Amino acid sequence: MAMQSQAKRELLALYEEPDQAADAVERLHGAGFEDNDIEILSSTPYPEGAFGEGHTKHRLFAFPFAGAACGMAVGIAWIVGAQVSLPIITGGKPVVAVPAIIQILYEGTLLGAVLFTVLGVLFESRLPDGVGLYDDRISEGYIGISVMARERRLPDAQIALEEASPIDLLSKEGSLMHAPGTT
Amino acid sequence: MQEPVVADTKTSNRELLDFVFAWPAWFFAVGGALNGLLVAAFVVVILMLMFGLQFLGYSHPVYWGFLIVNFVFWIGVSHAGIMVSAILRLTQAEWRRPVTRAAEVLTIFSLLTAVQFPLIHSGRPWRTMYWTFPYDWNRGAWPNPRSPLVWDPSAIFTYLTSTILFVYVALLPDLALARDRAPNPVSRAIYGVLAMGFRGTTRQWRIQTVAGLLLSAIILPIFVSVHSIVSWDFAVTSVPGWHNTIFAPYFVIGAVHSGVSAVVTVMIVMRYAFGLKRFITRDHIDSLARLLIVVATVWLFFFLLDFFFGLYGTEPAEVDTWQRRLVEPPWVVIAITFIICAYIIPVPMWMFRAVRRNFFWMFVTTILVNVGMWLERYMVVVPALERKSGLTFTYGDYAPSLSEFILVAASFALVILGFLTFSKLLPIMPAADIKEGQILADRIRVGRANVPAAMRE
Repeated sequence: MAMQSQAKRELLALYEEPDQAADAVERLHGAGFEDNDIEILSSTPYPEGAFGEGHTKHRLFAFPFAGAACGMAVGIAWIVGAQVSLPIITGGKPVVAVPAIIQILYEGTLLGAVLFTVLGVLFESRLPDGVGLYDDRISEGYIGISVMARERRLPDAQIALEEASPIDLLSKEGSLMHAPGTT
Repeated sequence: MQEPVVADTKTSNRELLDFVFAWPAWFFAVGGALNGLLVAAFVVVILMLMFGLQFLGYSHPVYWGFLIVNFVFWIGVSHAGIMVSAILRLTQAEWRRPVTRAAEVLTIFSLLTAVQFPLIHSGRPWRTMYWTFPYDWNRGAWPNPRSPLVWDPSAIFTYLTSTILFVYVALLPDLALARDRAPNPVSRAIYGVLAMGFRGTTRQWRIQTVAGLLLSAIILPIFVSVHSIVSWDFAVTSVPGWHNTIFAPYFVIGAVHSGVSAVVTVMIVMRYAFGLKRFITRDHIDSLARLLIVVATVWLFFFLLDFFFGLYGTEPAEVDTWQRRLVEPPWVVIAITFIICAYIIPVPMWMFRAVRRNFFWMFVTTILVNVGMWLERYMVVVPALERKSGLTFTYGDYAPSLSEFILVAASFALVILGFLTFSKLLPIMPAADIKEGQILADRIRVGRANVPAAMRE
């Protein structure tokens, strides 16, 4: 029983207007929910802070540098290793000539930077992600506000989301909103 | 100038995904015709592999003909795509939004087409691995890294890989959109796997923005290196007419000239073929035409530098090559045609706003540029090899064969088919990017004028 009350559940509210979504985030903050508990889902990027969310911290800038270093190392190992393993003696020229291999090192460095950046994009975007609640209407322009709450805090989250007038409120089990005219 | 696209999200989704989920009859007709050309080219290649390069009309001393011209041409076209996209992203130009994806996809298929030609030209494509990748430990067969024929594959592999990944990263939100809008469970599942669960969280959008800038910044130096290295296939040899220090920037700017022109051509075709009139406007074509005026003029400057430097040294072999290129028939006809097509007709026309904003004239002039730029590459490659030198007993007798023309036509077919297939399967316009432009668009009043504006972080 104690375990069940510790488990987190997700609610997803859909809003028609960005102002309503921002209002929902404000109300969630007011109810004591942290930025880490709240996800804002949209089909297009909004300026950072448009919904009152905090600054997104990431380390994507570090990935290309790490990749460039690895790419250069692999490039050196590959091209120098190939020449040293089977030296092609050309009159008066060193076996490993920098002007001849610099192109390969350059390409290796940049390829490493690109590969690591793409890995960084996946890592920092938390992809692949098949866990969270989602609704197709988000791609029609609706804004989704998702909140993770412990069982005992779920009513607080639901109240905060409903106060901002969502068009729908979803949990894993389905819609929590009553259609107009029903009880 | 720069009027934002005005459409609600549902309309944008519908129009941008319309071609992806529809099956117009013309798609099958065009696809069938293009495949027919590819089959013809396949037969030519098989015959060439059986009978050797002489089947295409190559013999000593001209062994580099249409195949290498095509290679240089398509590498060139591939350049502007990514250049346009990367520069516009880095400068956060508002009008980039509908342009970037088409430019990037053009890069991918131009590059894939370009690499076919050196492989075919090698005569034994299955052996090219031995010459480019050091992997045959048992037989001790290593490539020679002093040769640009090893630099080339490394640069092209890097460029192709980077471009595909660049496009894929930018595609993630649109794959998620296609997943949500897919008309049947199978395509929904496929788009779902490709989208990797992208949900459009603020974090994911933030990373998308930063990744676009980072990858653009990394890809630009790759783009410069690729055509520089292609130019060194020529410039590091001792062949008069090729052995020139200015070849790298000359080739790069030539690539940008033909590539940006190709982007304009493709966008005009897309506007009508895919029903994207709302998204590709006269403003976009106008902006690209302004860019083209600068690029074409810089390209002409480098061409003239190449010419002047060739003459200034008064090296007999160099002067002889230029004489062949510019004075002797049939090259004189090709030289005049190429300069007229690549500069003399289009650039003065682009000076007029009415032409820059006219889809028909922009289509015609950008096609002319690429006709001219193909001929320019032909003029660079063949006359230098045809020149009579000390131990050359046959010279000047190269004439393009029908098979080579088939391969040229097939190269266009391959690029168009690739582009068309991509557009059929995936959104050819970055829907999220376009919708972001709509959110950030505004109008401000300056005096009595009401002008479009865009907010920016």
